[in-house]
Amino acid sequence: MRKVMTGHKAVAEAMRQIEPDVVAVYPITPQSEIAEYYAEYVHDGIVHTELVPVESEHSAMSACIGAAAAGGRVMTATSSQGLALMVEMVYIAAGLRLPIVMALANRALSAPINIHCDHSDAYLTRDAGAFMIFAESAQEAYDYTLIAQKIAEHPKVRLPGIVNLDGFTLTHTADVVEPLEDEAAKKFVGDYQPFSPMLDVDRPSTWGAFAMPDYYFELKRAQQAGMEEVPAVFLHTQEAFAKVAARGYRGFFEGYRLKDAERALVLMGSTAGTAKVAVDELRARGEKVGLLKIWLWRPFPYREVAQALAHVNKVAVMDRALSFGAMGALYNDVCAALVHEKNKPALVNYIYGLGGRDVSTDHILHVFQDLKEAQPAHTLRFVGLRE
Amino acid sequence: MIEIRWHGRGGQGAKTISQILARINLRHGQYAQAFPEFGPERSGAPIRAYNRIADKQIIIHSGVYNPDVAVVIDESLLYSENPTAGLKPDGVLVVNTACSPEEIRQGAGFPGRIVTVDADKIANEKGTGFANVPMLGAVVAVLGVDLALAEDELRQALGERMSGAVLQKNLDSFRAGYLAAKEVYVAG
Repeated sequence: MRKVMTGHKAVAEAMRQIEPDVVAVYPITPQSEIAEYYAEYVHDGIVHTELVPVESEHSAMSACIGAAAAGGRVMTATSSQGLALMVEMVYIAAGLRLPIVMALANRALSAPINIHCDHSDAYLTRDAGAFMIFAESAQEAYDYTLIAQKIAEHPKVRLPGIVNLDGFTLTHTADVVEPLEDEAAKKFVGDYQPFSPMLDVDRPSTWGAFAMPDYYFELKRAQQAGMEEVPAVFLHTQEAFAKVAARGYRGFFEGYRLKDAERALVLMGSTAGTAKVAVDELRARGEKVGLLKIWLWRPFPYREVAQALAHVNKVAVMDRALSFGAMGALYNDVCAALVHEKNKPALVNYIYGLGGRDVSTDHILHVFQDLKEAQPAHTLRFVGLRE
Repeated sequence: MIEIRWHGRGGQGAKTISQILARINLRHGQYAQAFPEFGPERSGAPIRAYNRIADKQIIIHSGVYNPDVAVVIDESLLYSENPTAGLKPDGVLVVNTACSPEEIRQGAGFPGRIVTVDADKIANEKGTGFANVPMLGAVVAVLGVDLALAEDELRQALGERMSGAVLQKNLDSFRAGYLAAKEVYVAG
């Protein structure tokens, strides 16, 4: 049944249906309402989750790690500075192969302090070892929270997962969302079989052991192997989801009017919707333009992105964060994806929407126009910036 | 697509009412978005909230720049907040005021349709003290949504946070706002 709900309510609803054993969470704008809704569910006895109201995000992830190592199904949510404080423990969750799923309400990092959306917090955890998914809408944030839990807990994966949803733009916007019935959602996510839980006293195990130069390298190689399993599990889980939701998610990204496009955008998050409106407008004028919207950012689908873009003449890769001293991280990914292709598009990197700077269809139309003339070079171009 | 911009002050319930309007639109068989102007919310400070309404799924996620309808919940914002900025010339300005549309037109200089509703008076008479609900009634009238359908959805939405006599007072003030706006809208 379709309902009007905000992005954080949609995520909280998915969490309610997953009903983890433990949620350890610390409030931060614009994530707080996810924690508040979930605390209400716990208080009202709707879920039987141990809610740990910790004193910081570092403690939130620490409590999640303890609970997950003990064998529990565990979730959390955070944003921006909260993630920055937590990030030490995100690396540890990944290194310990703990399937903790986290909603990340994307918000700019300080300084200057700002509460609005960009992807700098997501970029901060790019290399932490969590698989990372970006949602375009509240609906996708809901759907991919369920999907992420199933991927994270897959025996071949066993890694933390981060579901990104744009702060305010998705978290605080009420939109029409069609959640699954509780029973269907619970059946889809399924029961969790923890691997060698610490509380299994008959099979004692050590977690977080010391590893010197003689073993650290092999353990990290094994962690990478877990990450390499994500793409196949991701596709398989999308397929399973399509059977219960008929949402038609297929693949690591969505190609929108991309097949015959001469110019295309590559981006992640809620701006994809606005970009589709601009694409339709230009298509109506006979311009062959398209969009590639990333769902799965880590692990990055190099081969598939290369295939999808090989025929395009010019591509604008749009990053919603700076990687100071380098090109945008997504741009670098797309460059790497295309480097071995014989026929490849010219690439231009655009930085947009930092600190919540609004991105209108006019901005996207401008990017498509600018892309016509722009010379491919490793030079950043900025969208909607006063200079 | 219809875009609406609400002007109110923090605590007057502009955001709440925009979300209830989205529920009414969905009930009406449409798609809808509702979002506040993102930022730190302070009681009494001018705030804006927005709605988008369409017959198909709404995928745009930018701000609203050229609304079809501007709604002023707090009359004091009429001259300090420039609620007609970007308002489409053939759009509608809905104002909570005791003044007539012509009096408002002289001050606001807006060429399009103006609907005035004394929502403060309605709120006081019905005993709710909140102008947002009668203003929602006014907007529902301007949008041409069925009154009974809107009332039913409002009853459900408000029923999640109030009941009994308080709920009834709100429903009464909604209807009063609807009827007052309808009269002005049809006449204008």
